Amino acid sequence: MSAIYKRELRSYLFGVTGAIFVSFLLVMIGVFSTAINFSQRYPSFEIVLSSVRLVLLLVVPIITMRSFSEERHAKTDQLLYSLPLSLSRIVIAKYLAMVTVLAVPCGVACLYPVILSFYGTINFASAYGAILGFFLLGCALIAIGMFLSSLTESQVIAALLTFGAFFLIYLVNGLAGLIPATAGASAIAYMLCAAAVGGILYALTKNATVSAAVGGILVLVVVGAYLIDSTAFAGSIQKVFSSLALFDRFSDFSNGIVDLTAYVYYLSVSALFTVFTVQSMEKKRWA
Amino acid sequence: MIEVRHLTKKYGAFTAVNDVSFTVEKRKIYGFLGPNGAGKSTTMNIITGCLAPTSGTVTVNGHDIYEDPIGAKASVGYLPELPPLYPDMTPEEYLLFVGEAKGLESVHLDQHVDAVMETTRLTEVKDRLIRNLSKGYRQRVGIAQAILGDPEIVILDEPTVGLDPLQIIEIRDLIRRLGEDHTVILSSHILSEISAVCDTVIIISRGRIVASDTLEHLTASADGRRIITLDARGAYDRVEEILRGLSGADRVSVSHGLNGCIRALVETAADLDLREDVFRLFAAADCPIVEMTTNDVSLEDVFLRLTEEPADDGEVPGIRAALDAADGADDEEENETEEEAEAEEEAPDAGSADAEEDADSPYYDAPKDKKSGKANKDKRKKDPDDYTPLFGGKE
Repeated sequence: MSAIYKRELRSYLFGVTGAIFVSFLLVMIGVFSTAINFSQRYPSFEIVLSSVRLVLLLVVPIITMRSFSEERHAKTDQLLYSLPLSLSRIVIAKYLAMVTVLAVPCGVACLYPVILSFYGTINFASAYGAILGFFLLGCALIAIGMFLSSLTESQVIAALLTFGAFFLIYLVNGLAGLIPATAGASAIAYMLCAAAVGGILYALTKNATVSAAVGGILVLVVVGAYLIDSTAFAGSIQKVFSSLALFDRFSDFSNGIVDLTAYVYYLSVSALFTVFTVQSMEKKRWA
Repeated sequence: MIEVRHLTKKYGAFTAVNDVSFTVEKRKIYGFLGPNGAGKSTTMNIITGCLAPTSGTVTVNGHDIYEDPIGAKASVGYLPELPPLYPDMTPEEYLLFVGEAKGLESVHLDQHVDAVMETTRLTEVKDRLIRNLSKGYRQRVGIAQAILGDPEIVILDEPTVGLDPLQIIEIRDLIRRLGEDHTVILSSHILSEISAVCDTVIIISRGRIVASDTLEHLTASADGRRIITLDARGAYDRVEEILRGLSGADRVSVSHGLNGCIRALVETAADLDLREDVFRLFAAADCPIVEMTTNDVSLEDVFLRLTEEPADDGEVPGIRAALDAADGADDEEENETEEEAEAEEEAPDAGSADAEEDADSPYYDAPKDKKSGKANKDKRKKDPDDYTPLFGGKE
């Protein structure tokens, strides 16, 4: 496991992708800190991170895109499969390597509050709480990107998928706002989701009967629930959507609140998508 | 050592491996032989845990590959069809990485990697990036990776692809040496390679095992014929005249060969070698033989007989098979040694061994003599109709 971790880390740190990722994040942290903390004399590093989190949307796909798709493309995954290591260890090793790369700019960011404290009063607890939150947000995004990379053989497709997914996650609250808060609108949105589940299932299994059955049953469940208690549906789709809003969870940190539930949320997302990646790799063996 | 039971692998509706069972014993070299797409790589991928079977079991050293994959994989070194290399590493770094990932003791790893690089002759390129290495060297890094850590079982999928003739010989020597204290399974569609190194041959065709036996048994069971092919410089009639004096041949045919030579084929039983007689006859007649070769019935015949579909249109099966052999050899393998290339070249002639013969006379003039000079080229074509057999049968 440590061998794979070391190899991956080495290839990130000595390769172009790791350099782009780290340097871009550092530059953006520096730029925003200069603008907000030094130029506008605003003593909050949390605001800086809140602005920089959007940069994650662009740079995380850069390091996650090749994590598994490249292995598949170059057929080096056969080496991984034939090694006496369990797949989950391999996935975790790769994930930790990417997280370590993310830890480099986050580590540097830890110096900022100290530097800022020379010029004014800094709330260290909320500043470092925000840095940790930023790091965990990055970890969650990396896990999602890694999973999407394991789905395809092409780095470009992996990058585009990841960027698209992040963009959707970023906009999800805005999209939810477009849906009327009535019960009927929510019910229709749920039905569309149910149909989408059927579609995804078909894409994964190529089994029309099962996919149609699952999609159909889910739609019927929604219809049934709506008929029983339609008031519960009012505004509920907005709640569901906002729970997917990874980026928006960070806004509490920028207001100086250390939100422990956000940590748990980010860690859960990371764990979930790491498990998904293991499953996706396992599935390849059965292809 | 390895127990494969009722292995089946389906890709959608296509069955790549169909109910394959075999047992691999200790310290032997096994050859997986089969045409492209026969299921060799799929079987190997399943044995090494890279692929899950649709049904069936594989037990390696008592460990089921599905129930206890780590235990099973620990005793296997695998070189897949495409060596799984990271181009941004040097061979030395790569082998150290694989060694560590295989869980080898780090204390001796350096020396062990050095030793493996020595055996696979990688020492001189150990500090170059794999990206910049030639195909042959990459293949060797792949082999080095497979034998790293001295696994009891070494599985090599087409190990000599992309190597030059000298390297092929080296790798064969290496495989032979490995076979002394390891179990080796290698796959190939090159018959000479299998017959050069393997103790036991497993012939796969269309996902099924069609034969699994020692080389001796397999070749002994073939209905042995020997064909002497000779090119002589002289008039057609004269060569025919000389060969009329040869006794012991079952069948003789004469045709116009390449470069103005006359090509004659002399077919005998496998245990009869008439080459000296032929030489004396021609020498006595002062007609120079520029080339004379013989081919015994080989693994090729066995292979072709077993992997070909039965001829259903009265076509001579041997010819069809031989055509495919020449085809396959030309398309996929450019790096055989000269002798092998030559042997392949001869193979098509041997194919006509089963042809019917004019009962009255062992002499059978090749029809359409003018064309026979191009016969070698025609043999490359898949469609047997394009080929005029030197012996009868087709007319």
